[in-house]
Amino acid sequence: MKELLLLIAGSILVNNFVLSRFLGICPFLGVSQRLDTALSMGAATTFVLTMAGAATWAVQSYLLVPWGLGFLQTLAFIIIIAALVQLVEMIILKTNPVLYRALGIFLPLITTNCAVLGLAILAAGKGYNLVETSVFGFGVGLGFTLALVMMAGIRSNLEYADIPAPLRGAPIALITAGLLSLAFTGFSGLISM
Amino acid sequence: MKWWEEIRRGLWSENPTFRIMIGMCPTLAVTTAAINGVAMGLSTLFVLIGSSTMISALRRIIPEKVRIPCYIVVIATFVTVVDLVMAAFFSDLHRVLGLYIPLIVVNCIIMGRAEAYASRMPVPNAFLDAVGMGLGFTWALTLLGGIREFFGFGSLFGVKLTGSAFTPWVVALLPPGGFLTMGVVLGTINALTARRAAAAGSCCSAVSAKGSERG
Repeated sequence: MKELLLLIAGSILVNNFVLSRFLGICPFLGVSQRLDTALSMGAATTFVLTMAGAATWAVQSYLLVPWGLGFLQTLAFIIIIAALVQLVEMIILKTNPVLYRALGIFLPLITTNCAVLGLAILAAGKGYNLVETSVFGFGVGLGFTLALVMMAGIRSNLEYADIPAPLRGAPIALITAGLLSLAFTGFSGLISM
Repeated sequence: MKWWEEIRRGLWSENPTFRIMIGMCPTLAVTTAAINGVAMGLSTLFVLIGSSTMISALRRIIPEKVRIPCYIVVIATFVTVVDLVMAAFFSDLHRVLGLYIPLIVVNCIIMGRAEAYASRMPVPNAFLDAVGMGLGFTWALTLLGGIREFFGFGSLFGVKLTGSAFTPWVVALLPPGGFLTMGVVLGTINALTARRAAAAGSCCSAVSAKGSERG
């Protein structure tokens, strides 16, 4: 239990996927203009990350490893993730149309979020078991949500700031992300994994 | 349209990194040295050429409704080729780039070009477009890698350029350095473009003012 809690804390603070591994930068920069969409995106991604962790773990340990198909890992994982995102989309549409409308276009885009594929490959490389992989996915999702929400909060304040013309838009967002990332380096060494 | 135009678009006016800002994850993650930028850029170039050409050749066969999964399979195949070839022949670089080689699959540049261009254009155009976009990505990554390597190590392509008095800025190699360098480079490009546009604008307005005088 202690290890699992450390795994969650570690993937939120120390190895934050967005701020220290550069995974999931596209949604981080693209969907961080408003706080509510950032939260929805974070929740949807966390859900997919947790599910994808479990699904890719099953394929890795019951299909790829016993049959010696390791070279198909990239192909197999991305197909599973695409199918999973499609499935999640259909389930949410049937069970909770309100949530489906709120998430809207962000759902299909999760397929090309490199955090999901990155998580699957990293967890397979580290040899985590089913519970560890799912917990790792959940922790990474929380870390992603935290980064996204912090960024959205800062950016909504930046709208009223007097920024030099060439730095408006993407450059100032990147510099802000750099400072956030600098703050997060303070957590390095907090938990050694 | 001339063949040169197809290539030039990716190099500057629609540069994937500095203009469209896609494919950010590898851009920021691997550019701790110029050589890593070159390697990542060339790997992506290869995947981009292979998948764009293949998707363009198959564009009449792939059914509209399942095109995205088809593209993903084509792209993942070429990425696996790059991954295995690099592991076999360039194992040092493969270790450094590590996770980010399989992640070329989800690089939005490749899917974006497949969807926006290769699926509509004949093979030669798709090929040239892929070459331009790939080279545009490569030079952008090499520039960022060069800047970060210079400030972080005081060297360029592994050649030491600064004397012993230079204290390396370690932060340039850390994740924050990636974000900051990209932000500053992007801001500089914006400033240069704005200045050029202003110069062009003032010359044109001068011409039009002269024209109105004459009129």
